[in-house]
Amino acid sequence: MSSPTSTRGHIARWALNIYAGLGLLFLFVPIIWIVAFSFNQPRGNYNIVWQRFTLDNWRDPFSDQGLTQAFVRSLQIAAISTSVAVVLGSMIALALARYSFKGSGPLNFLLVLPLTTPEIVLGSSLATLFLDWDITRGFTTVVIAHIMFQVSFVALTVRARVRGFDWTLEQAAQDLGSSPFRTFWKVTFPLILPGILAAALLSFALSIDDFIITLFNAGSLSTFPIYIDGSFRVRFPPQVNVLATTILVFSVLLMSIGLLWGLRSRRRNA
Amino acid sequence: MTATSEPARQRVMTSRPDLFGLFALSGAGLLLAAVGARWVTGPLVPIALGLVLTAIVAVIWTAVAGSPEAKRKIAPYGLLKPGMLWLALFYLAPLITLLRLSLSTLPSRFAVDAELDWNIGNYTTAFTDFAPQFGRAFLYAGTATVFTILIGFPLAYVIAFRGGRFKTLLLGLVVIPFFTSYLIRTIAWRSLLADTGQVVQLFDTLRLSGFFETVGIMDNGRVLNTPAAVIGGLTYNFLPFMILPIYVSLEKIDPRMVDAAHDLYSTSVEAFRKIVVPLALPGVFAGTLLTFIPAAGDFVNALYLGSPNTTMIGNSIQDQFLVQNNIPLASAMSFVLMFIITVFVIIYSRFFGTEDLT
Repeated sequence: MSSPTSTRGHIARWALNIYAGLGLLFLFVPIIWIVAFSFNQPRGNYNIVWQRFTLDNWRDPFSDQGLTQAFVRSLQIAAISTSVAVVLGSMIALALARYSFKGSGPLNFLLVLPLTTPEIVLGSSLATLFLDWDITRGFTTVVIAHIMFQVSFVALTVRARVRGFDWTLEQAAQDLGSSPFRTFWKVTFPLILPGILAAALLSFALSIDDFIITLFNAGSLSTFPIYIDGSFRVRFPPQVNVLATTILVFSVLLMSIGLLWGLRSRRRNA
Repeated sequence: MTATSEPARQRVMTSRPDLFGLFALSGAGLLLAAVGARWVTGPLVPIALGLVLTAIVAVIWTAVAGSPEAKRKIAPYGLLKPGMLWLALFYLAPLITLLRLSLSTLPSRFAVDAELDWNIGNYTTAFTDFAPQFGRAFLYAGTATVFTILIGFPLAYVIAFRGGRFKTLLLGLVVIPFFTSYLIRTIAWRSLLADTGQVVQLFDTLRLSGFFETVGIMDNGRVLNTPAAVIGGLTYNFLPFMILPIYVSLEKIDPRMVDAAHDLYSTSVEAFRKIVVPLALPGVFAGTLLTFIPAAGDFVNALYLGSPNTTMIGNSIQDQFLVQNNIPLASAMSFVLMFIITVFVIIYSRFFGTEDLT
């Protein structure tokens, strides 16, 4: 293979691979910064200039009380909102994927709308609703807001996963005398469960991470991102990096377990 | 419920359960949205809520006690109902309230309740005083979207066609950075781009500063607080929303089609242009929406990476709403932002359909 075109093709091939590799590296630049600075011994209130390596921050990840409280509150909000959204969203996904029915077009459109509305509009409009009803904004309103954007997200994620399933399996189970209830738990639910779990993991992450919508509906409540933003004027403690790294490691672990599980069941079915 | 209407309703439910289900769902949704937005007030509220409840009970009742045919036809509406009603009350109703407040006036600087007086002054202010912010929002978001395509397309292409058995791993690597907080990632860039940060140092060491000054990325030796930093932050934060949809549509392409093109004497470039690009377009357009829309409304990047001269409309809305407490004006700005974006989405879906959005 020494003709000039193939050499040129070879170079082009490698150039593209290197370009893509640089793109991937770009994605990791701030992540490397976040993880590295969790091992920094900061001088003063801001952990943004590298001083020297230390394990102190990891020995005491919860030493910053306000931050820890906000972090725990974010976990609580995510747990509640994700549980509700997963049920509501999966039901919608099942309806859309399993049945063909009148009005599915407009309903689909309504479902996509919240995801194509800028967060600032979602956040500010919901806040005007609460203001209009004289509802004090706090924990409950944040949970309501998170469920609102998670429902669409879960519905579309689960629907994408279950589209193209062989629904005649349900029919087969019923023909063999299984009750609708039993058919659901023994046939339908195991089929859609991997999709539901993936959607739950992602929407949990969306909830913890959400800043813009939450800011409008939190009132004086402090969630993890709101606390970091609010205290950034005066300080940026290394515990932020420690907790962020922990979330990252934990999510990667869960995702790998999910992937391995998916691979195994695919192999078993093949 | 009168005795005469009951059998009639019954007949509708048993003969056309799908129509009944659709009617019960949309009717309940609209009523709930109307109550939420306070279009329906006073003694009408209990009546409206009663009707919503009746619709819910009727659907459940058909699903439990109807004929097998009716059960099957009503099932999707029953499944949709809880989620859709949630969206009706907490997505649709707030938009109506937002519209009403945007047409209202605050009686005084410190008043909380605005009065609806069809005041379009808020819109005039939004368009005149905040025109630069609107302009920058769409300019920065548009530029960032172009950059996400330039970075994301080749990356998605390499993963889809050359990933081999590492495909899943590489795709995982694209997603992993986004399991750390959006805000913290942006703060990370702020530190990296700072005057004493690693990026400026790298540019100086490589003696590239002069070049970057000329192309407008650097301003008097600074990267932070420039438009380039804001656009860079937006590009970074929304990149996976471009990569993933493009990957999904590239993944569907049968590599044998490209081989066939080669067999028919097409060059690599031709095969790419005539086969890969057209088939990847749905992914690019979905990615464009998923990037451009959130980027246009974003204020975090401009807040942390920009200066007062690079504020976007999101910053102004946040400031007017949460700091200045001028909620009618903030509502008008939100509404204009949403209106422009909705027009954009409608034109898009006319051409490419909503199914590909996900």
